[in-house]
Amino acid sequence: MTLTSLRPRTERELTDAFADALHAGARLSIRGGATKRHIGAPNTNTLELDMRGLEGVVDYDPPELVLTVRAGTRLSTIQSLVASQNQMLAFEPFDHGPIFGEAPGEATIGGIVAAGISGSQRLSAGGARDHLLGVRAVSGGGELFISGAKVVKNVTGYDLPKLIAGSWGRLAAITEVTLKVLPAPRTALTCVLNGMDVEQAVLAMAAAMGSQAEVAAAAHLPGQQALTSLRLQGFEASVKARVQILARQLAHFGPLQQLTIAEADAFWAGLRTLAPLPADLPLWRISIPPSAGAHLARRLEAKGAKWLLDYAGGLAWAAIAPEETVREDVADLGGHATLIRGPASLRAATPAFHPSTKAFSALETRIRRAFDPAEIFETGRF
Amino acid sequence: MPEPDQSVLARREEIIAALRAIVPGEGVITHADSLRAYESDGLTAYRQPPMLAVLPETTAQVAAIMSYCYANRVKIVPRGSGTSLSGGSLPLADGVLLGLSKFNQVLDIDLTNRLVVVQPGVTNLAVTRAVEEFGFYYAPDPSSQIACSIGGNIAENSGGVHCLKYGLTTNNVLGVEFVTIEGEILRIGGRHLDPAGLDLLGVIVGSEGLLGVVTEVTVRILAKPEAARAVLVGFPTIEGAGQCVADVIASGIIPAGMEMMDRPAIHAAEAFVHAGYPLDVEALLIVELDGPEAECAELIGEVERIAIANGAVSVRISQSEQERLTFWAGRKAAFPAVGRLAPDYYCMDGTIPRRRLPEVLERMQALSAHHGLAVANVFHAGDGNLHPLILYDANKPGELDRAEAFGSDILRLCVEVGGVLTGEHGVGVEKRDLMPVMFSEVDLAYQQRLKCAFDPRSLLNPGKVFPTLHRCAELGRAHVHAGQVPFPDIPRF
Repeated sequence: MTLTSLRPRTERELTDAFADALHAGARLSIRGGATKRHIGAPNTNTLELDMRGLEGVVDYDPPELVLTVRAGTRLSTIQSLVASQNQMLAFEPFDHGPIFGEAPGEATIGGIVAAGISGSQRLSAGGARDHLLGVRAVSGGGELFISGAKVVKNVTGYDLPKLIAGSWGRLAAITEVTLKVLPAPRTALTCVLNGMDVEQAVLAMAAAMGSQAEVAAAAHLPGQQALTSLRLQGFEASVKARVQILARQLAHFGPLQQLTIAEADAFWAGLRTLAPLPADLPLWRISIPPSAGAHLARRLEAKGAKWLLDYAGGLAWAAIAPEETVREDVADLGGHATLIRGPASLRAATPAFHPSTKAFSALETRIRRAFDPAEIFETGRF
Repeated sequence: MPEPDQSVLARREEIIAALRAIVPGEGVITHADSLRAYESDGLTAYRQPPMLAVLPETTAQVAAIMSYCYANRVKIVPRGSGTSLSGGSLPLADGVLLGLSKFNQVLDIDLTNRLVVVQPGVTNLAVTRAVEEFGFYYAPDPSSQIACSIGGNIAENSGGVHCLKYGLTTNNVLGVEFVTIEGEILRIGGRHLDPAGLDLLGVIVGSEGLLGVVTEVTVRILAKPEAARAVLVGFPTIEGAGQCVADVIASGIIPAGMEMMDRPAIHAAEAFVHAGYPLDVEALLIVELDGPEAECAELIGEVERIAIANGAVSVRISQSEQERLTFWAGRKAAFPAVGRLAPDYYCMDGTIPRRRLPEVLERMQALSAHHGLAVANVFHAGDGNLHPLILYDANKPGELDRAEAFGSDILRLCVEVGGVLTGEHGVGVEKRDLMPVMFSEVDLAYQQRLKCAFDPRSLLNPGKVFPTLHRCAELGRAHVHAGQVPFPDIPRF
């Protein structure tokens, strides 16, 4: 429940809103499209800051590979814009709406960056943090500051954009982002191995990633119709050559087949919407070393979980009953688990983020106080 | 640099004894002659021997040194191989120089997860050497890769000629073991993507030794491409070369490397290595494509067409690995080659939006005339990172000052056209005082708030990056200004 909602249209209105909130001792929850509002502990008594009023493209220069947009701009708007210039956001950001049973199209770029959201291509192209060149933002102290720049190569000062990407609104309210964009591939195709168990699938994905086939994304869907999918993209002659490389490298895993465009689109869309997993169970996002993917999957299965693997085994999405825990298993394997979806009671009792060591969280807290001295972003959500 | 603290210098013997108790044997260096080896890094215009140097061999020793220095308020300057071009490891007269050269082991090669775990003193090239027999390599390749250490690469977020396609250090590091100034040992990241919590790795990379000391590094490695081919293109104008770069990228090609040299740099490089560069051109481009043979063949043809359409007067495509390396030999030797034209040179490192290149080079020529010093340019053309090399003679009175003034003017120009002070060399001591050209006081205060969260006593590499050292307590005061009433129609709290 929120007290009320503010929707500033300019940075000045935003800093004024901060000044008022600081004066009144209110806590701010920042939202864009609110597609991820059900992640984290339910929080109350916060003032909602709706960033969608800060909207629009500031500058887009395709040959410079640089795009500057206001934070409240919809992701879908940006994706259409860059596609019109045969470019892409290579970290393949996606919309969380469908994961929560909502319509797609509401996510904003500010929310994507603040939550560090990246899709299957993160494996080869890097995540949101890797494509964020600069930010303008208002700190918890109510001050507008910039960090980074509008060029693709820059090491001037600390890389605060990386710190802000994935900070989930706990350091600053982002007003504008500058992103690196890249040429969209001229062609893409998905090769699959059928019917492998997860042990074989993880080995095959590792072999594919270690080959010269430049695999852009690698994922495994288990079950009767188990599919291990490898996406190749780029120039046509190159993709054709790389299919051959891949087929040779993976020959001992079985015949490599190609999906049709429609089948491939459906497969990768499934990894964004998580349609293959039950929608009525708590959902975990688990990051582990890729080689541990099979081991993790077996442990999850033993607890009755449904799962799928992305990032060549390094990312597991798992739907599991609320009474089951996954964090011990994940920590054993050298990774961490984020609770993405669950009933309010579970989210109130289980922190969304994996607990860290005492020394790490002490440092994190000092950084949070550096950017948010009055604890204006400490809403209890994380 | 900050004035040496006499009270610390007075305690020198006591500090030496305490550090010898942590690092026995030869690991604590105190003799003036031996300390001279550390008095400067790759930015040789600045020299200062440290109060003493310590070369620990274990993480526990690093933690004990940090903890002692924290408790006793002794400053620390970390150092890898000392190849910084911005004075990042310039010592302090009242500080301990913490050298990581003994951390020189490759700890693990994990081909399944495509990563290598190394100690920070391992050189950049040694990472590739360790995995090339398995068909892998480490992508960031700063020109100093034979000598520079991975720990130093982390500190400076080093790039290289391949970073447009493969990223800077920050895009290729998965995790570090990190010692804080209080002597806490933290593991940040690991063998997985997207570590939990705030992205501390993101700010540690590129922090220029101001946040802590890295004692172990996990980097990702890539399969070595099947083929690499280069094309060497000469243009009668800078504009033609610049437009060619823009058109290559607009066509959807991200070359593995795309380097430009101006006339003085071309002539210097050709005289030095005889790479067969054309001498009757104003700009030379080296474009390298890598990937499957079929891709290289297709794209080389496309680049050639784009080059000719932009008025290229000479186009040579490498016909062998030997020839490809010859094309690069001139570019890679550009710094020493230009170094033969004058007793000293000063290398700058701004980045600009590429479309402003012709204008920037023209204005640089005017600045060259104004300061009475020649300049040669090499340029990571794909990502807009300029390396103007200013020629001077340090033995002539006033020339170093003029070279620095010229360099500052170039960097101001880079910022004026929408670029930045440094693309890959770091701020260090060199560009510290120019930070306000790019950032407001508030912007810098947030940088420094981060610094204070890691290093509340400002003991780690002070005098670098920040033009003014605020005491952390001063920054702690929340700055809140009373705004006008912005939303008159909502309930006030």
